[in-house]
Amino acid sequence: MHKVKTNNELNAKKIEVFDALKKSVKNIDSNTHLRGESIYVDDINIRQGTFFAVVFDAPVAHGKIKSIDYSKAEAVAGVERIFTYKDIPGENQIGGILPDEPLFAKEEIHFWGMPIALIVAESEFIARKARALITIDIEELPVITTAKEAKEKNSFINAPRSFGLGNADKAFKDCDYVFEGETFSNGQEHLYIETQGSYVEPLENGNLKVISSTQGPTAVQKAISKVLGLPMHKIEIDVTRLGGGFGGKEDQANPWAAMTALAAYLLNQSVKLILNRHDDLRMTGKRHPYESTFKIGLTKNLKIQAYKVEFLQNSGAAADLSPAIAERTLFHATNSYFIPNVATTVYSCKTNLPPNTAFRGFGGPQGMFVIESAIAKAASELGIAPRKIQEANLFQENDVFSYGQIAKQVEAKNTWNAAKNIFNVEALEQNIKEFNASSSNLKKGLALMPITFGISFTNTMMNHARALVHIYQDGSVGISTAAVEMGQGVNTKLLQIAAQFFSIHPEKIKIESTNTTRVANTSPSAASSTADLNGKALAKACEALLSRLKNIVTEEFNASKETIQLKDEFVYINNEKTALTWNELINKAMMKRVALTENAHYATPVIHFDKTKEKGHPFAYHVYGTAVFTATVDCVRGTYEFDDVKIVHDYGKSMSQGIDLGQVEGALIQGIGWMTMEEIAFNKKGKLLSNSLSTYKVPDIFSIPKNIDILPLETEGNEMAILKSKAVGEPPLMYGIGAYFAIQNAIKAFNPNYKLKFHAPMTPEKVLTSLYAN
Amino acid sequence: MIEFILNNKIIRTSQNTGMTLLDYVRYEKNLSGTKIGCREGDCGACTVLVGSTTNAGNVEYKSITSCISPLGNAHGKHVVTVEGTNLKEKLTVVQQAMKDNYATQCGFCTPGFVMALTGFSMSNVEKNSTNALNAISGNICRCTGYKSIKNAAESVCQKLDYDKDGMPLDWLIENEFIPEYFKNIHEKLSALNTKTVNQNNGKVVSGGTDLYVQQADNLMDNSVNLISNNEHLKGIKINQGICTIGSNSTVTDLWNHTELNQYFPNLRQHLKLVSSEQIRNMASFGGNIVNASPIGDMSIFFLALNSNITLINKENTERTIALKDFYKGYKTYDLKEGELIKSIHFKLPSKKSLFNFEKVCKRQHLDIASVNAAIQIEVKDNFITNAQVSIGGVFAFPKYLEETSAFLKGKELTETLIIEANTILQKEISPISDVRGTSDYKRLLARQLFYSHFIELFPDTFSLNNFVQHA
Repeated sequence: MHKVKTNNELNAKKIEVFDALKKSVKNIDSNTHLRGESIYVDDINIRQGTFFAVVFDAPVAHGKIKSIDYSKAEAVAGVERIFTYKDIPGENQIGGILPDEPLFAKEEIHFWGMPIALIVAESEFIARKARALITIDIEELPVITTAKEAKEKNSFINAPRSFGLGNADKAFKDCDYVFEGETFSNGQEHLYIETQGSYVEPLENGNLKVISSTQGPTAVQKAISKVLGLPMHKIEIDVTRLGGGFGGKEDQANPWAAMTALAAYLLNQSVKLILNRHDDLRMTGKRHPYESTFKIGLTKNLKIQAYKVEFLQNSGAAADLSPAIAERTLFHATNSYFIPNVATTVYSCKTNLPPNTAFRGFGGPQGMFVIESAIAKAASELGIAPRKIQEANLFQENDVFSYGQIAKQVEAKNTWNAAKNIFNVEALEQNIKEFNASSSNLKKGLALMPITFGISFTNTMMNHARALVHIYQDGSVGISTAAVEMGQGVNTKLLQIAAQFFSIHPEKIKIESTNTTRVANTSPSAASSTADLNGKALAKACEALLSRLKNIVTEEFNASKETIQLKDEFVYINNEKTALTWNELINKAMMKRVALTENAHYATPVIHFDKTKEKGHPFAYHVYGTAVFTATVDCVRGTYEFDDVKIVHDYGKSMSQGIDLGQVEGALIQGIGWMTMEEIAFNKKGKLLSNSLSTYKVPDIFSIPKNIDILPLETEGNEMAILKSKAVGEPPLMYGIGAYFAIQNAIKAFNPNYKLKFHAPMTPEKVLTSLYAN
Repeated sequence: MIEFILNNKIIRTSQNTGMTLLDYVRYEKNLSGTKIGCREGDCGACTVLVGSTTNAGNVEYKSITSCISPLGNAHGKHVVTVEGTNLKEKLTVVQQAMKDNYATQCGFCTPGFVMALTGFSMSNVEKNSTNALNAISGNICRCTGYKSIKNAAESVCQKLDYDKDGMPLDWLIENEFIPEYFKNIHEKLSALNTKTVNQNNGKVVSGGTDLYVQQADNLMDNSVNLISNNEHLKGIKINQGICTIGSNSTVTDLWNHTELNQYFPNLRQHLKLVSSEQIRNMASFGGNIVNASPIGDMSIFFLALNSNITLINKENTERTIALKDFYKGYKTYDLKEGELIKSIHFKLPSKKSLFNFEKVCKRQHLDIASVNAAIQIEVKDNFITNAQVSIGGVFAFPKYLEETSAFLKGKELTETLIIEANTILQKEISPISDVRGTSDYKRLLARQLFYSHFIELFPDTFSLNNFVQHA
């Protein structure tokens, strides 16, 4: 019964994707990953005599330290030394945006898990045993765990921010329908499978070499420089790869590296600190929980005329990246919809949770969840399918975003229509209706989820990168950039760029580790922009080298430069192959003393943003897409599964379909996890209850949708994207929001009395309770 | 002295038997391909294979999570890490399939998947996609979203020329699933000196799947009394309608038991909810029972079967009690100093008897239940001749529902009876609010799972509509 007619267009497209995948380039790290030979921080060869560290942290969420007794811990055989704030030669401060976060607690405790001391010992095991012997006396203070509570008590990180377009308050008066509501979206644990860690080796003259699992090598370098009071040039950060980051290692790799560096510097011996999973879960920040209130106004023909929302961001105990994340919530508050009158405000609320931080989407998902909730509420009250409202309000060319940017090369409608047609949404809807009419134990629900996501760091000054390219005299190439490889495949893309520019075999090219001595003053690998920024810098470097190489050919063959081309490791003139090979050309360059090294700098053009007006053009471009979800709810048990997720995604001109598809699938499942099963729980005293993998569940292989179809939207791509291949890291995470609404719609099919609630994640507990709510 | 083969090398070590196998291979042997993800058996990044000699004279391999496995349990075995599966110049079939399908991103979980799928290739289970997925059910990947990994698993399946007696070693070697040296492992294992006794007087540890999650630091430091190789506590026997399961038997032993699978046609479906393949390969029934968790899946299972357990002390004196009488309070039970659980036994269900097991958690697989429930019921001419109902997660210990069971007995099976029985059930339970759900939710779920037994077992008679009014 729930069979969709054979769809020839869909089948043809699936075959196209399958063929493209077969041809597409594989991740260059595949072989070492699969053979267990890839090196992560905990795998490096350590220097003889290396010490191991464990962090001692606060056992309450808020309080004043009265006394700490380290004597029993210090007496344990094998314990070398215990470091506290007293040992810090520089500043006890690691705040990135605001200086409000000490490395080690001094007198006050602000969150459960706040680092107090570092125990350094001959083994991690000994350090852990010693930790258990430390006693601490704390005068406990009142604890704030929710954003709402913080706002009531005027506890904020900084001043609120507001974006506006038109006049929302006035516009509501002219609306035919106005609806109000509340939403909550919970935090999310990054659960990078490689926990936080660093290894620091002291070099001569008080210099330090730091191996860190960080997305932001320069941020780590700055943090260490501040804590140790050393100039940045004495500190070298090296990153080969991360075992996952997802934003969790953007700023929050800093404290562990700084502690390790402190110990290594003062002991003049190598020190390694790898957080065990429980410590990592307890001590690090997560995706921000948001509590929000909305008001939405529509006309009779379902045009959204006005939208007002107040976001309360639970920032945790220190700023970390919260202000920037709050800003992106405002940027994405209307998702894919053009709304002429918008008033959005966000408060970064200071609570006693670990400082929350970047997580794939960076505040965008939290903003989008609210507008989708508002639309769902309006649709439910009006007794229509939400997709009618969604469709009536999609962004069109030259519409303006609430932050002043004019929408160009908009694909919102194109992805929506493509998804609707290729996947035959109307037939799906009909099938679900029929299924629900005949099934009592199971009910199905459908939801569509369009996404529009801006690409660039919203802090304009961060949008730059550099690439250092060496062509060695044997024709092999080494490339250094600021890009950190964490599974997203950026190194593979960089290699593709160089291989394409020089037209040489990929095996001739090596992507070096990310190192602050080779590439300095870097922005973190974040904001989905790593391939764009570093790729563009690399392309510039390759172009400059190519130009110099062509000059040699010009001299040699007396040919004009425009006619020269490098192809498959040969020089071509006027499309004719010469006898001159790549290797010979490089050799000639050496003989002629031509520079075979280039350092290029790229800064994204056009973008700007004026924070005093909250207007500008912050994004290089936007990424679009539409997802169609079908969920089945087991009304006996309150469990659910996803039959189908069908997506049309705007890749631009993908450089590697295999890698990009992997990003879409991975982000989608992570988004579904955030919206359904991943439930962070703190008790009222601020203690993390979901403090292990047995209590915090992320999707496993059985919980993913039974069928996932992801098709590319055919477009010309965007010049601002590297080789017209659009950024892909974060945007697809927000498809996951569709999961929430598909489940809700299934619940409604069972329980007509059910009033929609917008309280994510939609756990089996909430599903069962909703199924049987009056 | 512990003696075993690690990849291609014979190891003789006097390390603590309680040290984890993971720490040993990573930090003592520098085999860093085996990763640390969680140290509680929940992510699979540390998966290795353990090969044991069988009576049939070959070596049988099973995947385990090395993070919660004591080193001493490797005694006399062949331990294979990812390094031990690598071919010299090229990727193995499993590795190549993962690569071709883009099934690796950050790479940190990857060796675990490679090991689990390699274990699947070497096992004697039928080579279909269900079994392939079961094999990697204990592996968490945070990057890929699994679809690419599923595709890789499918492709591995297709390359395996299934032989129901297990994949012949020679074939696997020839077809580049595993390296050449596996040929000599059986011989090398036979030559090991396995007579050495590695038992101490410390904490009794069988599979270690729970103890190493709760108190790894203590076990690593102190000597442990490893009993998993203790043959007299092993085995599943059926004799005159009574099934006896040695406390050392693993969940996998039950999974593979042909006859019991006939008695309980949904057995594998039930066990799949309990844990991942890696954990099933280690977890012992005795351990599950003495863990006494209020939501112990196997305890709930055996309670509904009205099982007895036999306890044995150091003087080899035995006593047998009903499992339902074993539990006394939260994590307290009737086990005297020096006593071990020897075996669990229950009467095999008659032809007319029906059994059902239910479990709901945040994530349906490899998660701890919010509520789990089991029933065994016999119905004759629409009258209930016998009913045994158990439930977990709603009481201080795994609960046998005496009154509910008694109430059902002898009555006509109608929807009114079931609804009435639920009111009795609700009186017998006293759930508390915790990270697995509020007490209200657990009460509601207890009702639903109770109804679910009847919907599942009597699908022609009952549907949800019979019990609730919404639809």
